[in-house]
Order: sequence, then C-alpha cells, then structure tokens
Amino acid sequence: MVHAFLIHTLSGSGQATGDATFCRVLYSQVFGSERLPDEPGPRGPERDRLLRKEQLLAVARQAETACKLLQQASGRPPTDLLPQSSDEPIPLQDAPSGVFRLRPGDPFQEAKVVVWLRLLSLGCALVCEPHENLLLAESTLRLLTRLLLEHLKLLSSGSNVLLRGDRIEAILNHFLPQGQLLFLNDQFVQALEKELSTSLAR
Amino acid sequence: MGLRVFRLVSGRGGRVFKPATGCSPRERRASSAKRGAGLGIAPREIQDQELKKFCLRITGLLQKEDLGNETIDCLQRLFLIVSATKYYRKLEKKFVELLLSAMYFPKSPEQVQVLCAAILREISPSEDLTLFYDHIQNTKLLSLMSSVLLAQGNKRDEVRDVGLRVTKILESRQPEGQSLRYLLPVLSKVITLSPKVLKEDQINLLNKRLIDWLRYASIQQGVAQISGGFFSNPRARQPGPITEVDGAVATDFFTVLSVGQHYTEDQWLNMQAFSMLRKWLLYSGNDGTETPDSDDKSELEGSIMSMVSATSTSSRLLPPKERLRENAFEYCQRLIEQSNRRALKKPDCELQKACLVEAVIILDLLCRQDSSFMYRTLSCLKTLHGRLCGDLAYVQALLPVAQFFLNHSEAAAVDSEAVYQHLFTNIPSELFYNSMLAFEFIQFCRDNIHFFNGNLSIFKSSFPNLFKFLAWNSASLISEFVDILPVFIDASTAIEMLHVLLDLPCLTAALDLYLRSSFPTAEKPLWDPSLKPTSCLDGFRDPYHQALFQYLLRPKAKGFIKGLAPLHELLKPMAGCARVIQCAETVPILIQLFFTVVTEFADGTLINQLAVLLLGRSGLLFDVPQFKAAVHREMSSQLLVLCKLHPSLVVELSKELLEFTGTIRNIHSKENIFTHVVWAIGEYLSVLYDRRCTVELINKFFETLEALLFEITQFRPSATLPKCCPRVITVLMTTLTKLASRSQDLIPRVSLFLSKMRSFAQSPAMTSVYSEEDTETILTRATELMNLLKMPSVAQFVLTPSVEVSNPRYHLDTNTSLPLALQMASRLVEKEASLLSW
Repeated sequence: MVHAFLIHTLSGSGQATGDATFCRVLYSQVFGSERLPDEPGPRGPERDRLLRKEQLLAVARQAETACKLLQQASGRPPTDLLPQSSDEPIPLQDAPSGVFRLRPGDPFQEAKVVVWLRLLSLGCALVCEPHENLLLAESTLRLLTRLLLEHLKLLSSGSNVLLRGDRIEAILNHFLPQGQLLFLNDQFVQALEKELSTSLAR
Repeated sequence: MGLRVFRLVSGRGGRVFKPATGCSPRERRASSAKRGAGLGIAPREIQDQELKKFCLRITGLLQKEDLGNETIDCLQRLFLIVSATKYYRKLEKKFVELLLSAMYFPKSPEQVQVLCAAILREISPSEDLTLFYDHIQNTKLLSLMSSVLLAQGNKRDEVRDVGLRVTKILESRQPEGQSLRYLLPVLSKVITLSPKVLKEDQINLLNKRLIDWLRYASIQQGVAQISGGFFSNPRARQPGPITEVDGAVATDFFTVLSVGQHYTEDQWLNMQAFSMLRKWLLYSGNDGTETPDSDDKSELEGSIMSMVSATSTSSRLLPPKERLRENAFEYCQRLIEQSNRRALKKPDCELQKACLVEAVIILDLLCRQDSSFMYRTLSCLKTLHGRLCGDLAYVQALLPVAQFFLNHSEAAAVDSEAVYQHLFTNIPSELFYNSMLAFEFIQFCRDNIHFFNGNLSIFKSSFPNLFKFLAWNSASLISEFVDILPVFIDASTAIEMLHVLLDLPCLTAALDLYLRSSFPTAEKPLWDPSLKPTSCLDGFRDPYHQALFQYLLRPKAKGFIKGLAPLHELLKPMAGCARVIQCAETVPILIQLFFTVVTEFADGTLINQLAVLLLGRSGLLFDVPQFKAAVHREMSSQLLVLCKLHPSLVVELSKELLEFTGTIRNIHSKENIFTHVVWAIGEYLSVLYDRRCTVELINKFFETLEALLFEITQFRPSATLPKCCPRVITVLMTTLTKLASRSQDLIPRVSLFLSKMRSFAQSPAMTSVYSEEDTETILTRATELMNLLKMPSVAQFVLTPSVEVSNPRYHLDTNTSLPLALQMASRLVEKEASLLSW
C-alpha cells in the first residue's frame, strides 16, 4: 500500500535562479490520512494539515539529497541530466532512481520506505509501507512517470504541471487507486491506458 | 438561486442530498463583476478576500450547471490555490457543499468530479464536510468519495463508515452496470488504516468473494466492447482463450500473469484481488484484532487443521478462511510456475519478478498462519531456490526465500545452510552495485537480527562481504548499516572489523576496479567514466597485487593480514573519485559506533590490541582528501576512551607508546593523536592506576618526552620545518611536569627546562613562526607549571589527584561543600546577569 505520491522540484540541476534552489512539492496526494497519536493539547484541522504538508516536504527534501548524492557518486556532471532537446525521448529506463527508509516518527508516525525517481529537474516519489514489494513499487513509479510525461508534457516548455492537477489525479486513480499497487501485466496497462485516454478526452 | 442549486443536486442519484442554500444576488453580481480577475493571480500571492471572490465566481458557474471548460479551468486553479500552500485555505461551508453537489451530480464530467474530490481532499481535514453516500450505487464515484473521507483523519470514524459501505456493496448483488473493481482498493486502504473495522461474518463473506475472484475467473478473453458487466454473455463471440506470457494457451486458471486482448470483469477483479491478497491474509488471519506480525496463535490452530487440508480435494469442506488460504497457496504456486516462462514483452518480464517475490512472501505468510502448508511449500521453494541460484535476473526473490527458511527451517527440521551460504557469499560479491538489492538485503539483515544473534555464524562471518554493499552505496545505506553493525562485533571479530572499517574507502576503489575489469565493454558503465585509472587497472591484474586485492575483496572474515600499504599507493589515482570520498565520509561515524559497542564488553587484552591497532593504523590510511584528518580526530578521542576504561594500558603498552611518542615525525603527521597520547601518558602513568608503574618507567617516558620537547623548541624552529602547534608544546610541558611530580628527582630538571622557555620564546627563530598570542600561551603555561612545582606536595595533589578527589563527593562533605556552593552561586548570578542583559 502506498501512503503518498509526490512530484517535486530538484535543485542543482543547472538552474541557478532563485526558485530552483529550494525544493518544492509541486503535487502531492496522500492516500488516507495516517493515524495520529493521541497527544494532549489542542490540535485543529489546520495543524493536521500543516503537519501533512511538512511531512511531504521532508520526504521531498530527503529524496532530493539522495538524488544529489547518487548523481555525485556516478561521477557525471549535473548538466548531463538536462534535456538535450525537448523532442528527444527521455530514456525512462535509465532515469536515476533509488530507495530509502524513513524511521518511525521521522516524519511519519510509522516507518515508511520511499522509492524515488529523477526526471531531469523533477522528482517523483512513492511513500510506501515498510514491507512493500519494492520491485512492484519501482515499476509502478516508472509507469506513472511515463504516463505523466505523456499526458502532461511534463518537461516540455510551456507545460504547467501545477494547473494539470486533474490529469495527475486521473492517472493516479487508474494506476494507483487509493494507493494500491497493482500487479498489471502489459495488457492490463494497455487497457487502463485506453480508459484513461477516454476519461481525459471528455 | 436556491432552486438552482437544488436542481443541481437533485438529479438522478442526488435526491438524498440537502440542497445547498445559494448565495445572495448581491454576491453573484460581485462575482460576475470580478470575472476574469481571479484567473491571473498566482496562487502564492492570493489573499483571502480574492479567494472568496474567486470562489463566488465558481459558485456562479456551478449554479448555472455550466460544467464546461471555463469551470474546469477555474477548478484547476482553485485546486492549485488550496494545494500550493501548507497553510489552511478556508473555504466557505456553503461552497464546500456546492463542490460536493457537483461531485455527486450525475451529469458532471469525470474531470469535474475528480477536481472537486481533489479540492475537498486538499482542504481536509475539514469540519464542514458531511458526505451522504448510503444510496450511491456508482462505484467509481464511491471510490472518489472514499478518498475524500479517508483523508479526514478518522475523527468521526469515517474509515469505519467507508469500510462498512464498501463491504455492503461487495457482499450484495452487483449493481447493474457497475464494476466492483473500483472498490477493492478502497477496502484494502480501509483495513490498512483501521484494523478493527470488519466483523467476523463480513470477513468470511469477503473471503468467499476473494476465492471466487482468485480461483475462478474466466479463462476466456473478454470482448472488445464493455458490454454490461459480469453476467453478459461472452460466449456468443468466442473471443478465444487466455494465454500465458510466452504466448502459449493457458494451461490452468487465470492469474495476473495471464494475457488476453481484453479482460472480463472477473479477470479485472482477479488482478485486484491478488494485488491486495497479502494485506488481506494478514488482516483476516489475525481476525482483525492483533497486530499484523504476531502469528503465534494461528500456528497452533494450523496444526489441528493440517490433516484436513493436506489435500486440496477436501478443501471445499473447509471454512472460508482456510479455503482462501488454500486458494492463495495454489495461486502462488501457479505464479511460481508462470514466472519460469519466457515473457514476450519486457514489462511482463519485470512483472514476473515482482510476482515471484510476492508469491514467496505470501507462501511464507501462509506457513506462518497455518503450518500444514509447510511441507508442500518447502519442496516447492527448494526447487525454486535451485532455479534462482542459476539465474541472477530473479535475485530479489532470493531474500524472501531465505526469509522463509529462516522462519521455518527449524520447525520443519531441514538444513538450510546452503541457502544462507549462497545468499551471503555470492550475492554481495556479485551484485553490490544494485542499489535496490543492497537496500533490501540490508533491510533483510536488520529484520532478522534476532535470528543472527543466535547461532547463525554464517551471517557474522560474512561481514566483509556485506560491507561491499556499504562501500558502493554508502550514501544511501549508512543509516541502515548503523542498525546492523553492532551485531557483527564481538571479541573474535573486533580487530578485523576495525581494519575493515579503516579500509572501507580502499574497498570502494577496489570494487570500482573489479567492475571495470569484469565488464570492460558495458554500455552503461556503473563507474565514473571521466576517471581513467589505467595504472590501477594494471595493478589490479598483476600477480603482485592480486593477493592483496583478493584479501580486500574477501567474502568472509579471515583474520587480518599486514601490509595493505602497497594498495594505498597503487589506488592513489582513485582517491579523488566521488564515490570513494562519499564512502570515506561514513568511516568516522562507523568507527565511533564500533567503539561504543566494543567498549561494552572489551577486556584489558582486547583494549590493548585495539590501542596498538589505532596507533599503527594512524599512519596507514588511504589518502582520500580530509579522510585522514577526520579519522585521526575520531581515533584520538577513542584512544582516550580506551585509556580511561583501562588505564593500565599505558604501562602495558609502554614500549609501543615510547616508540610512538619518540618519533618526531608523528608530531606533524598525526598531531591530534600525538597530543592525545602525550596527555594520556601524563594522566595515567601513575602508580595510582597501576602498581606496576615504577620510577624507572616514569623516568623513561620523561626522558623521551624531554628529548622531544628539547628538539622541537631548541633546534627546530626553522623555516624548513613546519611549525608545531603551541598546543603540542603546552601538553608536552604539562605531561613532563606531571611525571616530575610523581618522581620528584626530576623536578629540578623540569624547572630548569621551563625557565628556559622564556628565552626560547623570545628567540628570533620563534618569533618569526609563532604569533604573539601563541607565545603568550606557551609562556603562561610554563610559568604556572613552574610555580606549581615550587611546592611539590601541592603539585602532586593538583597534577595527580587521588580518585576521591577526581570523583568529587562534595555534596556529601560539609567541609568542602563551601567552595562548591560559592562557585554555584557565582555562576547563577552570572547567568542571571547574562539573561537580564539579553
């Protein structure tokens, strides 16, 4: 079961302008809110929401660090990851990815495992339950990323991820319903893609 | 206005909803006046007032039942506004209700429904949200609404409500034209969020449905057009049988690895059911009352059932829970068989791997819940293990297989040594660069520490192999590794372990060379392609270095061999490699952890060995930038810890310490360690700590240190030699004074020496090297020490305090508590003053 999915920016990808230096969550969906501890004191919905947002930002920051370290270790310059030209297909199979664990209480109540993937200047991450099938999680993340690329034109100039929330939601509803990782063989994927296109075309 | 809203919500399926009272005409005018204004506003800058106006505009659109592009555009923007900030965006209660109505509204396009749900989820938890959904039959909409409800934080038992509603639909006859497949993920989420939602009879019913979906899905392909659900007549067109991933006609029941052009409803449900099977088995196996990982109770119950369920023909007679397990077992066995087929498409090949892992995990779970599965599973997994050993593509499945044997081999009385042997010996050496595998491998180790702490010697002795994972993936694994490192450390491994830790960056470089020489023509090199270490590669292959490399890359602990120094020299060109540097950065952390663990059990002999090792290795480190300095810092503080724990080491290792301090080179190359060693000598070389500490020994140390100090102060200050830090000089002076206070014949010598310091400090050679401040420090210390030595008994008391004095019990002693009280009082006053001045 996946707890959350997020798309965030990755700094240090060559853009030195103000905004790019901070890690930002562009889109996130939490599948069912986590059980919260019964701590005394007032805690309104506003605080719960703030906590949820901060948790996701913490995940994004860690994913960003992990990504940076991996790229450093590979010895390739960061410019390598910038798009050569917008028409060139991005080899998703080679997109750097990784996995790390979040200890209980930091930032989520229970331990989680994060699977992340770098797509040039964007990062996508799945926050999973601790003993999730990681092979499945990774391939699902790659599948989601491919669909995002196709349906949102994620990286081409002029595309506004921020205003395409409904498309992202539709993709997730089909391929990660309620955060459930699905064992989809290629025919199932094709059938779902057809359904997705129909619902997006309307 | 109110009527309009009512019309909006009271269409088909909407009759139960309370009509939202619309907004006033005045508000509407305001909203239409502002039309267009809201669209250009960036979400971060938007003010509450503007948000209100924007909402009014959307209200107008929705009330007009305008569900076209403009509404969608506005909703998209609203979603961005509420989601882009971490602070709460207050939406009016009426507006929230309107969004809900739009979601329910049967004519709403899916896009609008999805957007409304997303907005409602983003503002959750929200107290204004009341959803009525008891009469909703549209399963897709129900799924959307569940996502909103489950995001509310379960304050009003929403999870339970959703769970019951979904279960009810799943239990009853399928609503016409609706697919149940949207509901299974909701159920899965509900049991994740709240373990006690369902009752026994509901669980039983769902068990039965799952059996049908898992085991009895159609083995004919679906038809192209979706023609009304489950009971439509697919035979009319004869779409052909389902095939396997390799294209052969399916030989048995449908699974997620079965391929068809189109899928029928029950085939979709089969896929959904398997996707949630593990979760469900855990949940239902524990009757929803226990935490998922405790299965002790079910094992007992399993043994009673074992005779009955031994054959699957009798399984029809079993209660649903046992029957589901039986079917799950068969499903997993079929997946294991199917994963052996050669998939025609690459994505299916990936899925085979994931399915194999899942199947093995479920089999393990079944055996934990019901031991009657054990023998059948055992033979199946033994065969599988044989298959996996020959095929690295499926390597990830080896971990759950090993987990199965760890869990059950004792109960089943089978020898599974070969499984562990293969896992710990071959896998890390060959696949250390696979970061996902590395992560899972270390997780596996961590989860099973309790097993390994027992008598699994293979695990402990494999630590050099497991360190390969860390050496290559240090940045991502370090935090995992600190959890398992303590398990490896005992008296027999400590020495070799410390060497391994110190050689870790060297290991990274060696692994890099190993990859370069093993896959020279790899298309996507795993190493840094900008680095071309030709000389290193030649060295990696030549027979002179080969033995050393073999030792460095050993899979098992085999004691320590001296002389990795030639490798440090050879690997020098790789010291700047980013991966090596990353690895080097983790070493001080690991050393610190190592000593925290080792000092808990180490005896005098081991402590001495470790101290000697630290002194020896301080000069034998791989030359990675900043690595030496960081490790030296850690070594120095650990040396002091060792001395404190076992002060006799100063006496017992006098030969080594004399040799170390007698070497003037050490002052410059290992200044930190040198200073700490000299300090430790002054502190612990005393008859107080060890009766074997003779006057002769003190004199010997004294003479060595005196000669050294003489050399650096009287001869050395020249431009050709680097200056030594004033701290070294003051520590040396202090130690000499301490030693003199214990062997009082030496006092005149020290006093004379100290008195000469003034002339030394004012010599032109010194003033050119040391700043005024440094000189001042040295002279002040010299004067203090000289003054102390004028009263030898005081000097002894101050410089070698007895244990009672150094472990003060002032709080018990009324006579000496006065100074303490005074000191405390003055500190408090100071603190107060400083607080006030803030």
